[in-house]
Amino acid sequence: MRGMNPEAGEPPAEVYRRHLESGVLGFQRCAGCGAAVFYPRVFCPVCGKSDLTWETSSGRGVVYATTAVHRREGNSYNVVLVDLEEGFRMMSRIEGVPAERVEVGTRVKLRLDPTDAGPVPVFVPRDEDR
Amino acid sequence: MSLRGKAAVVGVAESELGEVGPGYTPLDLIGQAALHALEDAGLDKSDVDGLFSASAYYHMPTLSVGEYLGIGPRYSDATSMGGSSFVSHLLHAAAAIDAGLCEVALITYGSTQRSGGGRLVTGSEADPYEAPYNPRYPVSMYALAASRHMHEYGTTREQLAEVAVAAREWAKLNPKAFMREDLTVEDVLASRMVSSPLSVRDCCLVTDGGGAAIVTSAERARDLKNTPVYLLGAGEAHWHRNISQMLDLTVSAATESAPRAYGMAGVGPEEVDLAMLYDAFTINTVLFLEDLGFCEKGEGGAFVSGGRISPGGELAVNTSGGGLSYNHPGMYGLLLIVEAVRQLRGECGDRQIENANIALVHGNGGVLSSQVTAVLGSESAL
Repeated sequence: MRGMNPEAGEPPAEVYRRHLESGVLGFQRCAGCGAAVFYPRVFCPVCGKSDLTWETSSGRGVVYATTAVHRREGNSYNVVLVDLEEGFRMMSRIEGVPAERVEVGTRVKLRLDPTDAGPVPVFVPRDEDR
Repeated sequence: MSLRGKAAVVGVAESELGEVGPGYTPLDLIGQAALHALEDAGLDKSDVDGLFSASAYYHMPTLSVGEYLGIGPRYSDATSMGGSSFVSHLLHAAAAIDAGLCEVALITYGSTQRSGGGRLVTGSEADPYEAPYNPRYPVSMYALAASRHMHEYGTTREQLAEVAVAAREWAKLNPKAFMREDLTVEDVLASRMVSSPLSVRDCCLVTDGGGAAIVTSAERARDLKNTPVYLLGAGEAHWHRNISQMLDLTVSAATESAPRAYGMAGVGPEEVDLAMLYDAFTINTVLFLEDLGFCEKGEGGAFVSGGRISPGGELAVNTSGGGLSYNHPGMYGLLLIVEAVRQLRGECGDRQIENANIALVHGNGGVLSSQVTAVLGSESAL
């Protein structure tokens, strides 16, 4: 059969997208070394093994770094790096807060932003912090 | 086996810099730089048998450069890891020369990004896991690093501004620098915000420019017309490509490239007379002063304050005016080498530092991704 890749199974990016479409943020955990791996791949960048299994993130994280991108016209928007509590980091955006007001250390939770290209993971401040 | 002192830079040149006007191609600037570097070395293009280049314009840069210049090298290296590539080429050229794979290496680069539209020309692909958030490449990535450094170490926008002001003070002494007007910390703080905490004056220039360096064996270098500048040591390191994969945004792979370079050279930061640090953004200078061992982690902000890296300060840093005020043609690494060589030869006029024997050149590429450190020295440093 053309296109079969029994070794890798489904392409990692496809599995990731399927998780988002079902309303959750997926990431990989290496069965060998226990590392949380993000972005998805077929090779553990920590230990070099291939035994990566999918898990679902709680969506709870903390802002690791932040910037507000200014436009010559229109409002600025923020870009952040979020550390998820499972031990991986991703780029994202914090919504519900003015771009310049996002601070390193802010505790956030996942929200999926529906777009034409599919759900995009963004974050909002966690209620318990308000 | 160490490459210490085995190879020397024997010719350097810039192309026309700044804004060359429409119609010129990056290869035209490479042609200018190569011509002047060969003149500087007292060599002919027929002497060149090793070609080194990287480019955002040409997919196979050494092929394009070789064709344009009419050079058919027996050794060709298009290592591409962003602006640091050319410092890497210096190490690779020394290794190739030592291995007998070539004898005279030409490292060259050119860009017409300012005349061509005034924006950074980059071949960087968008990362699919970062693209949905529209970071402005590459400034937002460096801004993220700056935000983290400020959070962990209390580094301030004023301290970052000091880096831009120091670069400007040096640029005022360099007739070839693109921006030579007065610049104060207040000016930097008041300038247009691009990606907080970095304002437009925290960012490198967008200019046209090119450069070339000729490297040969130490043995052959001694027979040439100019004073050789020796490669004493060099080291490379990279840990990530995308900023979201960088483990600690306050610690770059320069913490590995530097010990490799110092180890080969047999010198430490305390012996460095001049530090040419790739200042794509003001945060770079702060990070690299820390990672290269000029100060402790977290103390970079204080280190650059009060004119300590300005002319007459504690340490001569980016004496050309750097990517912030002299020239930044998309990838700037080659121009770091040009300035270091000229300082070690004593050719820098008003900005010449006294008794310059050891220069550190540190190239950065991507988004704090590739780090390449080289230590250059005059004859007396051998």
